[in-house]
Order: sequence, then structure tokens, then C-alpha cells
Amino acid sequence: MLRRILALIVKELAGLWKDGKTRFVILVPPLVQVAIFAYAASYDVTHVRLGVWNDDAGAQSAELVRRFTASPAFDAVASFGSPAAARDALDAKRVAVVLHLPQDFSADLLAGRTAQAQLLLDARRSNSALLAQGYAATIVGSFAQDLHPGRNPPLVLLTRDWFNPTLESTWFILPGLVCVLSLIMSLLISALSLARERELGTFEQLLVTPLRPAEILVGKALPGIIVGLINANIVLLAALLWFRLPFRGDLLLLEAMLLLYTLSGVGIGLALSSFARTQQQAMLGVFVVASPMIVLSGYAAPIENMPHLAELASRADPVRYMLVIARGLFLQDMPAGVVLAQAWPMVLIAAVALAVAGIAVRRALS
Amino acid sequence: MSEPGAAPFAPVSMTPSAAPAVAPVVAIETLRYVFPGTPPRVALDGVSAAIQPGAITGLVGPDGAGKTTLLRLMAGLLRPAGGRVVVLGHDMATDAAAAHPAIGYMPQRFGLYEDLSVAENLDLFADLHAMAPALRAERVARLLRFTGLAPFTARLAGQLSGGMKQKLGLACALLSRPRLLLLDEPSVGVDPASRRELWAIVTAMLEEGRADGMAVVWATAYLDEAARCASVLLLHEGRLLAQGPPAVFLAPLGGRVFRLDVAAQGRRAVARQAASHPAVLDAQVAGDALRIVLREGAVMPDASALGGIALRPVAPRFEDGFVALLAPPAGAAPPPQHTAPVAAKGRDGSTDAITVADLVRRFGTFTAVDHVSFTVRRGEIFGLLGPNGAGKSTIFRMLCGLLRPSGGQARVAGADLMRAPADARARIGYMAQRFSLYAELSVRENLRFFARVYGLGRAAQGRAIEAALADFELVDTASSVAGTLPLGLKQRLALAAALLHGPDILFLDEPTSGVDPLTRREFWTRIGALADAGVTILVTSHFMDEAEYCDRLGIVSQGRLAAVDTPAALRARVRSAELPEPTLEDAFIALVQPP
Amino acid sequence: MNATLLRMRGLVRKEIKQILRDPSAILIAFLLPVVLLVVNGFGISLDAREMKLAVVIEAPEETARGMLQALDASPYLSVQRALSRHDGEAAMVRGDVRGMLVLGEDFSQRASRPASWPAKAQLLVNATDPNTARILEGYVGGALQVWLAGVTTERRLTSAGGVALQYRDWFNAELRSADFIVPGIIAMVMTMTGTLLTALIVAREWERGTMESMLASPARMAELIAAKLGCYFALGMASMAGSVLLAIALFGLPYRGGVLPLAAAAALFLVFALGLGLFISTLARNQFVASQLAFLTTMMPAMMLSGMLFDITAMPHWLQLVTYAVPARYLVAILQTLFLAGDVWAVVLPNLAGLAVAAVLAVGATLAVTRRRLD
Repeated sequence: MLRRILALIVKELAGLWKDGKTRFVILVPPLVQVAIFAYAASYDVTHVRLGVWNDDAGAQSAELVRRFTASPAFDAVASFGSPAAARDALDAKRVAVVLHLPQDFSADLLAGRTAQAQLLLDARRSNSALLAQGYAATIVGSFAQDLHPGRNPPLVLLTRDWFNPTLESTWFILPGLVCVLSLIMSLLISALSLARERELGTFEQLLVTPLRPAEILVGKALPGIIVGLINANIVLLAALLWFRLPFRGDLLLLEAMLLLYTLSGVGIGLALSSFARTQQQAMLGVFVVASPMIVLSGYAAPIENMPHLAELASRADPVRYMLVIARGLFLQDMPAGVVLAQAWPMVLIAAVALAVAGIAVRRALS
Repeated sequence: MSEPGAAPFAPVSMTPSAAPAVAPVVAIETLRYVFPGTPPRVALDGVSAAIQPGAITGLVGPDGAGKTTLLRLMAGLLRPAGGRVVVLGHDMATDAAAAHPAIGYMPQRFGLYEDLSVAENLDLFADLHAMAPALRAERVARLLRFTGLAPFTARLAGQLSGGMKQKLGLACALLSRPRLLLLDEPSVGVDPASRRELWAIVTAMLEEGRADGMAVVWATAYLDEAARCASVLLLHEGRLLAQGPPAVFLAPLGGRVFRLDVAAQGRRAVARQAASHPAVLDAQVAGDALRIVLREGAVMPDASALGGIALRPVAPRFEDGFVALLAPPAGAAPPPQHTAPVAAKGRDGSTDAITVADLVRRFGTFTAVDHVSFTVRRGEIFGLLGPNGAGKSTIFRMLCGLLRPSGGQARVAGADLMRAPADARARIGYMAQRFSLYAELSVRENLRFFARVYGLGRAAQGRAIEAALADFELVDTASSVAGTLPLGLKQRLALAAALLHGPDILFLDEPTSGVDPLTRREFWTRIGALADAGVTILVTSHFMDEAEYCDRLGIVSQGRLAAVDTPAALRARVRSAELPEPTLEDAFIALVQPP
Repeated sequence: MNATLLRMRGLVRKEIKQILRDPSAILIAFLLPVVLLVVNGFGISLDAREMKLAVVIEAPEETARGMLQALDASPYLSVQRALSRHDGEAAMVRGDVRGMLVLGEDFSQRASRPASWPAKAQLLVNATDPNTARILEGYVGGALQVWLAGVTTERRLTSAGGVALQYRDWFNAELRSADFIVPGIIAMVMTMTGTLLTALIVAREWERGTMESMLASPARMAELIAAKLGCYFALGMASMAGSVLLAIALFGLPYRGGVLPLAAAAALFLVFALGLGLFISTLARNQFVASQLAFLTTMMPAMMLSGMLFDITAMPHWLQLVTYAVPARYLVAILQTLFLAGDVWAVVLPNLAGLAVAAVLAVGATLAVTRRRLD
């Protein structure tokens, strides 16, 4: 029995490896995606294009503008003399933020009154606007504090960012990419494999051999798992060696979890495949399934922000659990108990998906 | 591609019958075509020919000879690497668009839109040819009547039977009254009755278009069709080996073709013995006798020297000419002696390999197989014959364990494959209709995969694979990727893979559909040797030549078994005054006709 | 009737019938966008709400309790008491809370007397998700300011001489992330449906051999491609209109632009996407490779590099250059502007030009590849 399964696995892997284009597609896209997405997928806000609309000629306003310009968060790219000019620039996206200081800004400060300042933000990108507000508030706050060097503020909030003290976006995105890229690969390979045999007529050839349905399933599942794991490890290596991510957890534990995870991905792929008559249908199925799986996992946006129904749906998504594990093991040495609490839903998903695929393979015989 | 002087086959010089007065429809001049790729493969080289109006020109040759490429060049779908094709005065390399309105082209897979209805397909082609409404209506009606598709105009093309699809494809190609009709193997996979109809439609249309100077090019693997053509182009490995009327191909065979009467038993063994005689070029089982073609200049040997009873001369057929031109020259290695496992008696001691009793299969309310019963003896070649859609494939699939019967019993090697443990399947071999091995793996990897899947031990694997490579002459191509092999080799590989584990019973599903005659007879020689070694063979087919190789035939019609008998007995059933020498095809057509 | 017109009529009729009879075209054009819009629209939300925050108050007194209430009043925070730092840290590691606010023993004492200012509070944040961490920090800081303002009303003067910074969030006053993400999703959906429609459906035409008989007919290659693109174009435009209406109905997005620039942008983009699909289907014969190519060239760049989710200006310079090669970038910019700002021609026109270039390139590449296909 082992020999039969092994034969199937060797055949599948050889089939993937033999074709130059397929080989290319397995190895190169993950690396390209790591390179591009690790740099692209950042909610960081730097170099926000700032327009200055300063109606005040005093020294204080000049100092505040200087502080904005000096901050890495803002690049002053324009200055305006009229509201119309500021509005046009915002409309046309030439600037994302306009700092407006009214005529009497310096005078108010010198007189001990509260000076008014206005920040006009292009909130088409709400997240960036929110973060720009935060940076502006910090700059203005320290400016105000420095106006009265002797006076203590009533409250100081000391913030410590655990696990990612410099708030690096790549630290967040790369563990996610480990999960997402290996998912896409294991889904595709397994979804296309059964459909391909069916379309090319080799499936019947397999069915008349002594291979049992369960053996066919195992033989079809393992190559997807192997390639998925290879992909995950390519990203893992890139993260550690190129992007210098810390790895604080147990590497062996991560690999074990990745195995479970790719198993559930392959299970879903095979289940899709068992319903597809052609490779094309299988591919469409992968498209339709993969996108929600990635979105609902919390890869791009936190699950807490989702509506209740979406949150419920995400519970059937293995990526959700693997993401918590990967991020936890990379950055915070998540204890094994916490990891295992995330692991059992993946086992459940894999079991259900493989059972569905198994029933479908069996049904092919009648 | 070898130099002309070093060609393995002597070129046949054929003087064209009196030079025609009319200009040819297609003039082909030293045409060359090379498939791009690494390395590039020469598909056609130095082909010069003329297609005359008012006639059907047959295009024959082994698989991969370049038939489809030549048709595509005539249709202007490919750009020649050298030489030129001129259709109705237009050079197809530069001016194909001008010729297209006068060309009707039916590609191998008919080129129909399966999700459009019959009428819609015809409409589309009428639009593409910008036909005037009045002309269109008249023409469509006429073609529908002619093809017998009139009652099915609303049916989707995808839901037509194979034969009907072919007729629709033909109708679409004929719609615009083309002056040049190009047909790429239009009769592959169609039962004999439909083939005859197809031929009748084309000849009728040709008659109608004779005034316009219409010409037809018909590529085919069926040599009986080629024999009926006015002129034949024989391609081999990209070269035009011979051209001329079929009679020209037969001329050198005068006095070289004989019928050898043999004993009822063991005719396959006699055929092998006869084929190895130095004077014999070809020896084939033909019904209850053998057909012998002598080598050129050979002296007729004694009947007993060939293992038969009596020899009498018969008229040569086109196929004999084809084989004589293409068969390997004397001294080439004969097909290797097979090292097939000799299956003794069945494990259950029975002499019946397959027993089918009251087998029924329903799909919804449709009964595809209706109480079918028969038995196949050990070491017998049993053929299931029937028109498309008669239910033979359904029976076949139930026997292989691919389909669950709705009722009745099918026991194979004493076991029900549907219920038996997987190991029981190790005793059967299966070769599907389409090449269904792994195209991206090499020959050796394919064999190794099946050896492992059938649970052969490591040492046994090695032995079985080496033996198979040697037996099936695949040693030289062992590391080639299977998908790139020519069809004949693919088929050998598929058979090798199906036999690797030494099965007791071999299932063959239309094994030589679309395969050229040389490959076909080589295939059947192997199958014959296997049967003689005790392997039971069950085969489905609608190829009458294939049927001749069978010991017994079951004729399937409308889900029932219309007859089970030997080929000779079936022919005898339809013998009559008008039909003193009925062919198996005649018998088949008579038997499947609804009473 | 002119022969070309007659041929085009035949081809177009054929395509329409095929589309109507083939469920997969309808599926791709209408079901896929709905699924993607709904899932992505609800699934990708950067609007943090009820972020779980553990609060450790080591000396519970009136001041600290008031602060707790102030934090709890924020719609963005969901506060839970933790008994000790240790408990809070454990909850953070488990992922039960996003952060922990620690008010030390002397907090209330120091907060209540200006002489002992500043009172110190410590905020520990699980920064594995840096974006959420920053937002949490912002909201906690904001909530504390509110509390401070309330508690020290009599001492409000202390902040005099400071600067009051006022925010005006234009185009999206409520800072709803859906307002900028959903137009982006429409762009992503259009990329996928456009490419898939042709990539998958045209591939079948080659596979079934119908392309061969078309090529041997009097129809010209340009006519074949025009008929095909035309029909799928109409389907894609319908799908686009449906997506826009759905975005307005389901997510309550404003639409402030005109129909014309939207139609122009959609049209150009569709031509690009359909052309890309044709190109892929012609080039890649292996379906596995084709699917990966489609994934790689459509969904991923549309999601990551179009500016739909991630700000292009925050990317490294070389990557910003790369984004110019992602046509979804132009569509996203136009859609976000049309939905939220209106017909700002200074944004719309340059991006339309970008889309036009992409469309021309895609169709040109397809024509170049397809002509040689049978060879």
C-alpha cells in the first residue's frame, strides 16, 4: 500500500517538476511576491504630501511649520495663499494634508491665548488620514509643551509597543505571507490535480488499478502539502535572512503547524477538485474560495473590525488560525498551549474537507 | 529527415493520367513546413502536388506523416517555410483572405460550437460567408435535408451523437458552396453506417458543384475510403511518397496477393508463422482465412510451408498497396516474440474469464444496457461492436468496475470488480480509448509508475520495465517525454503499461481508433500473441478491420445484444443472392438496423 | 448588407448566445463580483471599534475609576479590568486584549494635584499588528485627553497658551475605511472578472478547435477579436454598473462624480483587462501556469499595488515606480475620487490617460500574439 501511494506522490512531483513553466511558477512568484508585498503592504504613513497655508507672518507659526517639515511623516510640497488654492490641491491629490495657520496665530500665542490651527485632510484614504492626524497631534503637542518649558503636563502616557517596538510593517506582513502564499499554492496544486486527471482521462486509468480511493486521496494530498511547505519555507527564509525578522518561538512547532495548515488547504483544494469536471472549473473554484479565505483571515485587516457575520464565517477559515500562530511564533514566543488552542480548528477543517473529497472520489466509482 | 536517395522506401513513379486541361484548384510547389520548437521538427518537405477539380483527392499516410499540416497550409492557417500553396490563383502565404470565401474547411474536431444549436451553427457560418438571405435559406434547407439533420435543428450541437456532429460539421463547411472542400479525417470515431452516409453526402455535393469546378481533399486513416477516391496523395514522414489514382497503387501488386485457407483453430499462430516466411511481406487474419501479400519478385511458397491448407489468388486492395509501400524492407526485425505471462486456468478453476448475466444499467429513466448476458472464455479475443451510443461503452465500463450496474451480474476473473478488494483489479489490464498515460512524464517514468501502483517489488519492477521496453521497442525512446511521442508509440506505451503486471484479462476501449493501418496491424499482432499465451482480451470497437481479429463478436444495438457469434458466422447470416461475399460491415449494418 | 457587417453580426450573435447559455460567463460577470464585494467590503475594514484594552489599576480610587469610565465611553475601546500586571500580560500574549493600560499606585494622587504633575500612566500595546497598535494608542490618548478635560475643568486654563488643533477630514468626514476600500475592491473585481472572462472562455475556443475553423473562414482576425471583446466588454460594463450600484446600496457610499468619467474609466480598464485575459490564454497553454499567471498579474497587484489598501506614497521609491505598471492604480485613483470627491479633472484625466495606454498595450500585445497562433 505504501509503495502504491509513494508511486503516486513521486509521479505527481515529477509531473510538476518536469515542466519548466510549472517549476518556474512554483519557485519564482513566491519570491517576487515576498519582495513586492513586504515593501508594499504597509499602512505606515510617511512622506505625507503636506501643503502649508500660512496666513501668519510671525515667528511661532514659522517654527511650527518648520517642525512639520522636519518630521519624517510629512513632506512639505506646496504652500498656498488662498483657500481656493488649498482646496484645488487637495482635490487633485497634489497634497494629502493642508496645515492652515490663521493670521493671528503668533499673536495669540504671545498673548497667552490658545492659538487655533487647522489641519485639512484628504480623507479619501481614511486610515492614512487618521494616522496623519496622530502625527500632527504629536508635533503640535510637543510644540505647545516647548512653549512653556517649565510647566509639567498633567498626564504623561508612556507607551511601550510590545513584540514590535519600532512598529515595522514587514514584521506584520511577512508572517502573514508565509501563510497566504503557501495556501494559494497548496490549493491550486491539489485543486487542479484531480480535475486534471479527470479531464485527461487518466483518472479512469487510476481507478482500474489496485489503488483504493483513500490511497488516491493521500497520494494526491501529499504533493500539495510538500510544495506548500516548500513555499512557506521560502518565505520564512526570506523573512529571516533578508528582512531580518526576529523569530522568538519554537521553529519546530511552527513547521508542525504549517503541516496541519497545508493539510487543511489541500483538503479544501481536493474537495473543490472533486466537484470540478475540468481544470478550468477547478481554477475558478480556487479563485472564488481563495480570495475570501485571505480577506477573512485577518491578513489585511483585523478580524475584530469585521461585522459579526463575517467574523463567524472566518471561523471556518484555516488561514485565520495559522495567522495567529505564525505571528505569535515569529514575534512573541507564543506558548504551546495557546498555539494548540488555535490548532484544533484547523484539524477539524482538514478532516471535514478531506472527508468531502473522499466521498466524492468514492462516488466517481458509481 | 533523410536525403531522397537514402529514403528507406523506394519512391513510386506514377505517371499522371493524361494531363488535365483545366487548371488545378490547388497547386502545391516544393512545399516545406517546420514546426517551431527546440529542436525544430520538419513536418513537410519538398511536397509538390496538384488538386484537380471535380474529384475527391484522398490524403493518406501514417500518423504524423503531415496530413493535418498539409491541410492547414492549404487553408492558409500556417505559413510555409519554403515553397508555396496556390489556391484558385491566390498564394496562401500572402493572400489567404482572398481565397477563404471559396474554401470550406472541417478540422479534425469539426470546429462546431457545442453550445449553439444546429440551426445556429449553420447561421453563423452563413453570416461568416456573408450569404444573401434567399440563397442562405435554400442552401440551409437543402443541407439539412441531405444530412438528415432537419428534425434536430433546435438541438444543441454538443448533444448530437458523434455521427451527427460530423454531418453538421460537414454541412457547415459545405454551406457556402466552396470550390475547395478540405476535410481532416472526417470519419474518425464514427460507426460504419454514418461513414457511408458521410461519403454519400460529399459525393452528391461534389456532383452538384462539378460545374463550378469544385474539388475535395479528404484526409483519412480508412484505406477503403482512400480506395474510392479519384486520386490519392500518400504522405510519409513529411514527404509525398506517391500520388495517383488508387489503381496505380495496386498495379505492382498484381499476382502477389493470396487468400490462405487455414484450420479454424490457431489462425493467429499461422499468421505469425506465415509472416516470418522470407517470401511473405504481410500476413493478416481476414475473417476465417489469412490474406497474404508476397514480396516483390518472390516465388509463391507452398501453402503448407506457410502453415495453411490452400492458397488462391485474390484481387489486391488499396490497403495492400499502402502496406507494400510503407512496410519495412526485407531483413528488418519482425515484431518481437512476446514474453507474455501464460495464464493457466482461472484461479477458480473455471474456463470462463468473464461472465455477464442479465446486466442492466439505467441513467435516470433511460436504460442504456438492457439485460445483457454473455460469457468470454479464457484466452479468447471478444469484441463488443455497436454504433455510437448503443451501450457498448457502458457495458465495458461496468466490467472494468468503473460503473455500478443497476441490475444483474458481471464477474471478471471470478470476482465482481465493483465489490472485490482492490487486489482483484491487479488481475486486469486496461487501455483507454484516448492516450491516458501521463504526458509530462517520460516513457520509463510512466512504466515505473504503473509498476509501483500495481505493487511490483523493486526487483520485479526493474525486470518488468526492461522487458517491456525491449518487447515494445521503446528502448530508444525510454527517456522521451510521453506527450511528444507519435501516436503509434504512445499506443505501444499504453499497451506496455497495461501489461506490465501480467494481467489475466486485458480491456481495450477502441484501441486503434484513428490509427493508421500499419500501426494497427502491428498492434493486433501483439494482441494475437497475448491471446495465444492465454490472456483474455475484451475489446470495444466500431472498426470492422479490428472486428476481424476477434474470435467472437457481440453486436450491441440499442442497449441489447443483437448477436454473439464468430465473424464468419455473422457474415454467413447476411449472405444472400445479391450479396454473395458479404463483408463484416454489411453484416453489422444489417444486424443493427431496427427491424 | 456589407460583408464585414454581416460577419460581425454573425459573430456577435454567436457570442451573445454562448454567454447566455454558458453559466460560467454569468457566474464570472455577476456572481463573482457580488461575492468579492460583499466579502471584501465587509471583511477589509480598518475601522477599529471596541478594541479590547485591559486596565490595571493598582490603587483604585475615585480618579482612576473616573478615568476607567471615560475610556469605556469611547466607542473604539472595550475596557476590561485586570487584577494585576501579570494577568494583563498573560491576556495580551493570548491575544485576548490588544493592549494594557497600567495606572500606578500614585496615579490618582499625582493627577489630582498640579504640583505633582505629571501623573504617569503606562500603555503596553501588542504591536504585532503595527497599524492597529498605532490606532489603539491614538484612541487611548484621545480618551485620556477627554477625561483630563472633564476632570480638570477648573484647571482648563493650564492648557492656555497652547495650540488647539482642529481636524477637517474632507471627502470622508467619518473616516470610514469602507469609503476608500470599496472603490478599490470594485477595481480589483473588475481586474479579475475582465481577465477571467476572456482568459478562461477564449481558451476553450482554442481547446475545442472552433478557433481553427473560424480562422479558415472569411472572418478576419481583427473581426474575431473585436466581436469577442465587444460582447465581453458589454458584459463587463454591466458587471461594473452592478458593482457600483451594489457599493452604493450595500455600503452606503456616496457617489459624487458624473456618469461619463466613470463610464470612460470603466471602458478603458475593461479593454485592458479583457485584452490581458486574451493575451494570457493565448500564451499559456498549461492551465496551472495560466491560473498562476492570472493570479499574479491581476488579483495580487490589484490588491497590493493599486493604492486600494496601501498608500503608494508610503512605499519605497522603486516600488512606487512599479505601481505605474499596474493599471488598477489608475482606476483606483479615479474611482476613489469619483465616489468621494466628484469630477476632479486634475485627477481623472491623467489617470484616464494611464488607462488608455494600458488598454492599447494589452490589445496590441494580443493582436501580435494571436496572429501567429496556429504556427
